[in-house]
Amino acid sequence: MSFALLIDFGSTYTKLRAVDLGERVIAASAQGPSTVATDINVGLDAALASLASKLGGLPAFRHRLASSSAAGGLRMVTVGLVRELTAEAARQAALGAGAKLVGSFAYRLTGADLARIGELAPDLLLLCGGTDGGNSEVILHNARALAGAPVACPMVVAGNRETTDEVVALLGAAGKAATATANVMPALDRLDIEPARAAIRDVFMHRIVHAKGIDRARELFDAVLMPTPAAVLEGARLLADGLPGRAGLGPLVVIDPGGATTDVHSIGSGEPAEAGIIRTGLPEPYAKRTVEGDLGMRHNAASIVSAMSLESLTADAGLSMTTARTALDRILADIEALPSNDAESRFDLALVRAATRIAMLRHAGTRETVYTTQGPVQVQRGKDLSAAGLVIGTGGAIVHAKDPAAILSVAVARASEPHALLPRSPRLAIDHEYLLYAAGLLAQVEPETAFDLCTHHLRPLEEARSR
Amino acid sequence: MRKRTLVTGVIGADTHIVGNRILGMALEEAGYNVVALGALTPATDFVKAAIETAADAILISSLYGQGELDCRGFRDLCIEAGLEDILLYVGGNLVVGRQPWPDVERRFLDMGFDRAFPPGTRVQDALAALAEDFAKREAGAGEP
Repeated sequence: MSFALLIDFGSTYTKLRAVDLGERVIAASAQGPSTVATDINVGLDAALASLASKLGGLPAFRHRLASSSAAGGLRMVTVGLVRELTAEAARQAALGAGAKLVGSFAYRLTGADLARIGELAPDLLLLCGGTDGGNSEVILHNARALAGAPVACPMVVAGNRETTDEVVALLGAAGKAATATANVMPALDRLDIEPARAAIRDVFMHRIVHAKGIDRARELFDAVLMPTPAAVLEGARLLADGLPGRAGLGPLVVIDPGGATTDVHSIGSGEPAEAGIIRTGLPEPYAKRTVEGDLGMRHNAASIVSAMSLESLTADAGLSMTTARTALDRILADIEALPSNDAESRFDLALVRAATRIAMLRHAGTRETVYTTQGPVQVQRGKDLSAAGLVIGTGGAIVHAKDPAAILSVAVARASEPHALLPRSPRLAIDHEYLLYAAGLLAQVEPETAFDLCTHHLRPLEEARSR
Repeated sequence: MRKRTLVTGVIGADTHIVGNRILGMALEEAGYNVVALGALTPATDFVKAAIETAADAILISSLYGQGELDCRGFRDLCIEAGLEDILLYVGGNLVVGRQPWPDVERRFLDMGFDRAFPPGTRVQDALAALAEDFAKREAGAGEP
């Protein structure tokens, strides 16, 4: 029997999944505290001890791979030219690489911008600007500005290819570690974020992991391959696309409403589902990740309420205004508080439903009718998710919910909001073993095993309900 | 010599794309790098595209008679975005009804367009105009 060990160094827990590579199932799961701030080995040892007790000793692992969102995650700043064009492409690339986006800048960096970047002290900066053969002045200006600024982090350069050599040389001469990769937007109608994602992951693996002290436990595992959100996105992509000889599940959506943010991942082209619809705006990434920093069940409960209105949340929870306000006040007073009575549970459910709905509406594209002198025309902006056949919920808020279907069902299109291009009739499922990250990691070495593991453990919601 | 970049598109709520496509093909054949924004393009999208691609000219098509409204202030948008010297052309059925072309042309030139083209303009005429204007600029203010 051979096994793989998949580790997630999280911000709260160090989570382990031991996979039986022969049977292609989870052999055991365990977790310990997250101890990156002090010594990462402490939490990992605790988790391994727990795993050993479940397995009756630790087997020799064939693969020991990790992802990490510890120590603040991969904190990134992006810089581009036009806000809606290369600056947006840079944001998409960073989010797709699993980053925690702490700042994004456009046009020429000013003194104030540089000071702000210095304060943010990101782990990595992505510098873009200009299509290939397009604008070169601004990225060169920004490279010179960054070269002279107290910004110490490594940088990935993914702008106008004609400027790349000069930009890297400028940064290198100033002692900055700069890596060149392909332009995130080689032409105005083309987004090419995969090379930038790969470059970001490479810098993460070889430099940032070390800088954050995550590789102190090196002898206990082989490599930290990527930030955890990138591993989830890889897992989702594997599940959707399948492999030669293994049919994928097709376009799908993964939702993770967390304590501080709500993440949505979608895999699929998102092209208009019907003929004759005009696409406008930036092309959309095939594997797209959005992070809603204002939609968090605990840290950002107040902003969920302001996005949705307390009235509609209260109505959704079936509570009186007074009861709802009491429940909200309790969360605001203590973000660690778990629901202690029925009203608080109902308010919590309404919160997670609201966060999920809003995050999905922001992630998905829209279709509207524009009236022209030639008659009405359908215009699509963003990604059409209507054909997505599967919506997967992951993370504690969904996995531990009494009725996860009540949460995931709000991701579905409604007749009352026809402009929102949400999944029309998807199947719902939950990632109850918290396995997508593990599948994303394992996919890097044994994709077939990862695919089988993932499809085996993904739980359709009908089954989850009956338990 | 460096390939010149042209941004093309049909402005406003106008879906007439065929002529614009044909023009784009001819421009590419003539050796230009064409950034085609297609139908239903807002004025600001032309400007954003021109910045990112460092375009040498913007060629606006309008077929549905509302061009005068859509193009108002276009040069100002360019100036605001730092593209004060970009070459601006406009062409098509630019106004409603039958109006004498010299009047229409004057109005668009006053708006800051370098050239305006009436309906029925041949592609060759547009190409000749571009060649002439780019040559003039090269000879003039030390353009690359």
